[in-house]
Amino acid sequence: MRSLAPLSSVLFASLVVSAGGAVADGIDKQDFKQIERGRYLSIIGDCAACHTLPGSGHDLAGGRAIETPFGVILAPNITPDPTTGIGAWSDEEFINAMTAGTGRNGAHLYPAMPYTYYTKITRGDALAIRAYLNTVPAVQNPVEPNQLPFPLNIRAAMKVWNELYFTPGTFVPNPNKSAEWNRGAYLAEGLGHCGLCHTPKTLLGGDKTAERLRGYALQGWFAADITSDPRRGIGGWSVDDIAKYLKTGHSQASIATGLMAETIGQSTSNMNDADLRAIATYLKDQPGRDGTAADPVPPEQSAMKMGARIYADECSGCHVSDGKGSAGLFPPLAKSALVQQIDPTSLMHVVLRGARSVATDAAPTAAAMPQFAWLLKDDEVAAVLTYIRNSWGNAAPAVSADEVGKARRALAERNE
Amino acid sequence: MARRLPRKDAVIIGLGWTGSILAHELTQAGLDVVAIERGPWRDTASDFPISYAQDELRYRLQHQLFLQPAQTSVTFRNNAGQTALPARNWGAFMLGNGVGGGGLHWNAETFRFLPSDFVLRSHLTQRYGDKFLPEDMTIQDWGVTFADLEPHYDEFEYLCGTSGTAGNVNGQILEGGNPFEGPRSRPYPTPAQKQGYGHTLFAEAAKQLGYKPYPQPSGNLSQSYTNPLGVTLGQCTFCGFCEWFGCANNSKATPQTTILPVLLRKPNFEARTESEVTRINLDRSGKWATGVTYVTSSGEELEQPADLVLLCAFQLFNVQLLLLSGIGTPYDPQTGNGQIGRNFTHQTMSSAVAFFDKDKYNFNPFIASGAIGMCIDEFNGDNFDHSQLGFVGGGYIGQVRTNGRPLESMAVPSGTPAWGLKWKHALRDNYLSSMTLGGACHASFQSYRDVYLDLDPTYKDRFGRPLMRLTIDLHDNELKMSAFLTDKYAEILKQMGAKEVIKQPRKGPYDVTDYQTSHLCGGAIMGESPDNSAINRYLQSWDVPNLFVQGATAFPQNAGYNPTGTVGALAFWSAKAIVLQYLKNPGPLVHA
Repeated sequence: MRSLAPLSSVLFASLVVSAGGAVADGIDKQDFKQIERGRYLSIIGDCAACHTLPGSGHDLAGGRAIETPFGVILAPNITPDPTTGIGAWSDEEFINAMTAGTGRNGAHLYPAMPYTYYTKITRGDALAIRAYLNTVPAVQNPVEPNQLPFPLNIRAAMKVWNELYFTPGTFVPNPNKSAEWNRGAYLAEGLGHCGLCHTPKTLLGGDKTAERLRGYALQGWFAADITSDPRRGIGGWSVDDIAKYLKTGHSQASIATGLMAETIGQSTSNMNDADLRAIATYLKDQPGRDGTAADPVPPEQSAMKMGARIYADECSGCHVSDGKGSAGLFPPLAKSALVQQIDPTSLMHVVLRGARSVATDAAPTAAAMPQFAWLLKDDEVAAVLTYIRNSWGNAAPAVSADEVGKARRALAERNE
Repeated sequence: MARRLPRKDAVIIGLGWTGSILAHELTQAGLDVVAIERGPWRDTASDFPISYAQDELRYRLQHQLFLQPAQTSVTFRNNAGQTALPARNWGAFMLGNGVGGGGLHWNAETFRFLPSDFVLRSHLTQRYGDKFLPEDMTIQDWGVTFADLEPHYDEFEYLCGTSGTAGNVNGQILEGGNPFEGPRSRPYPTPAQKQGYGHTLFAEAAKQLGYKPYPQPSGNLSQSYTNPLGVTLGQCTFCGFCEWFGCANNSKATPQTTILPVLLRKPNFEARTESEVTRINLDRSGKWATGVTYVTSSGEELEQPADLVLLCAFQLFNVQLLLLSGIGTPYDPQTGNGQIGRNFTHQTMSSAVAFFDKDKYNFNPFIASGAIGMCIDEFNGDNFDHSQLGFVGGGYIGQVRTNGRPLESMAVPSGTPAWGLKWKHALRDNYLSSMTLGGACHASFQSYRDVYLDLDPTYKDRFGRPLMRLTIDLHDNELKMSAFLTDKYAEILKQMGAKEVIKQPRKGPYDVTDYQTSHLCGGAIMGESPDNSAINRYLQSWDVPNLFVQGATAFPQNAGYNPTGTVGALAFWSAKAIVLQYLKNPGPLVHA
């Protein structure tokens, strides 16, 4: 028997939105507006993505394994349970954890907790989140977050890391930009922590700040370039397109799958339109590469010919022969930024394992791509990917059978 | 002893078209609904992906989307003088299994019935007199009219995104559509599908003979479409693998592609698959359902109490569950008493194979969809004068060839050896230039006193329950009609330029091994009175008012069209009555 528990959709009767201004301390923590604002902010921060173990039925009670390049960290319990959650924490302790990366006893948190981003949020917003967290059902669920191997399990090591990669400090608006841009910056760089996935990382896992938002491979996916690069980024997307994508998971240019589908489903689809447009405005203004690419792989090349044949047989039924896809159902491949990322990790993932797009209230269809690992050999996957990356005006490096083989083995080890 | 589960507002038996429509309408009304489905969950990308959806051996020959006879079967005989034997393979019809039901493997031919079809007995006796109908023909009026159902046909078509050309919008006859159709309140949601070469030639020939050809209304969409629930379907790519197959690219309207994505997001909906309902439970009075008992795939027996029971299984199994649950009175063909099992009908299909000069004609038959084709309605229903013909009823005639699938496309001209090199050459020479497949004449099947369903006295399913017994044969009325329609079809083929036409009218006796359609109807029909029907005009059981029986089970006789459009319209019509009338005051909606 298979029982299907539906995802309950989160509807907001009203949304109370902070403009980012500081709120004085000493506010009434049981004030509805404060709690409601905190709830909305916790959605932007997507606390549940890490702190709720899917299927556990216990919101924010921790236990979900967070993959880092260095090992697994279990997200802690942030319900108000006094012994295993954060019920006994003072507001100062909470704010320190959020914005300075220090735990209750001064021990350093690992930056799987995005304090490197949350440091930008105002004290008022942090307190509102706390006020909301105080209202969720307390769950007794002891979690030992630190599952890292020696010597990484020594938290004091994070002191050095912070020196290298952590710039504490609340967001400072740019007076030369619009209020909308600044709101977008506050959300994207702070609570929304886009860069946690989308910014390339150093060997030690710190952000390569010079390459902000230009894409990064993690957890079997490639978080795409979201700069204004017209080829690989969102330079060709309008503000409306980006906002629609974040709201519904679907736009003319793309359809979300993988980690972004999760983020949209839990977080951005529940954000209000003004905030989504603000984020879009800010992202469209972020410098990327200039959109130039090396010449496309020529169609006479044998991999391209093989790819074209596989495409006709296996792909064109949905993505159609000119690569334009079907709006809201099958994403376009022609001119697609995702298809032209330099790193083909997401493409290999989708072809080998298949992928389901995200269902949102506005776009409930959530069509899926079937898996092809059983059907296509490494050189065939490589050929068809090389083909779609270099057809219809696309240009991106060829994919090798070797890369596909590695991706296949890596995916086989992923227990999802 | 069955373990008792917490009560639900409504339990749905079977999650196909009607189950999905009812689940959506009732959850919208705020009810807590559980659907219990005998077969597995079925998902496009996981279960019929593009890489093997078009596997003719797997799906067409091995029946992988269908119920397996090892799960349950039916027994069959032509008449009460014979002993029925169980079917060990499906033949005349296919029995869906799993989420989506028949709505998953259909061809998506999405018709409306004619206004006169709903008042058939009144209409025919008024036009031809009291004595015109054979004495043993038990056709009757439906209790609903076309006008009642029109808004709900519209709802179903807009749910599906049906592609078609309207022939009659609010009484205005439009060029290119079917001029015989009942008035529709607005055009189809999407334009008709493009037609293949063979279909186009057929339409030209039909026009030359004075007919008014129209494109078959199709649930395989001509363009992508987002329905009122927000669910998006894609554009059909004419792969020619529709009936018996799942659609790999979301372009065929099915519960999966139109409703289920929205249902699954609802907190007040739950689906339990691979769980077979064995009984509808009644209270001590026998007049009120208390829920259902079902068995999971692991063999556990569970009781699901519910205030409202929606019987949404396939026609045969709706009737079987009513009989097994002791609801209503079983039909007795001797006396004509009892309603459960009465007026069982199927469809009367016939065709003609045509061979054309291969140097002049290339039909590319593999470019097709399940509901492609050009049809004429001049000989459907009572659109033509039957007074001198010796039969009633009719059907649409069309070149509706739905595929060029190799294993099914092996017609060769007469005189060709049955095997060997000459056969191979004939096959090669005629594949592109012959017209073989496609329900050329898709005709009605009237109801008769001696065609019925009951429980088999001998053969039982794996739970020890008696199998459904089918007693069915073709009557002279249907045989004459089939010969007449097949002649008309053959005339058009000749007009097209065929060098040889082999007519294949339907011949008796009814053959349970020869596929016709999966359009089994009746057995618990709707009507105006408990004296001649099992359910009222809202599909509510006369005997158990908190039970509604959905689907073609309700058809008093079968018309000359594919039934799914009418099944969908009836489901919306019934749902509206439940939500707007029944829930406010649970009890009979029509007082006998």
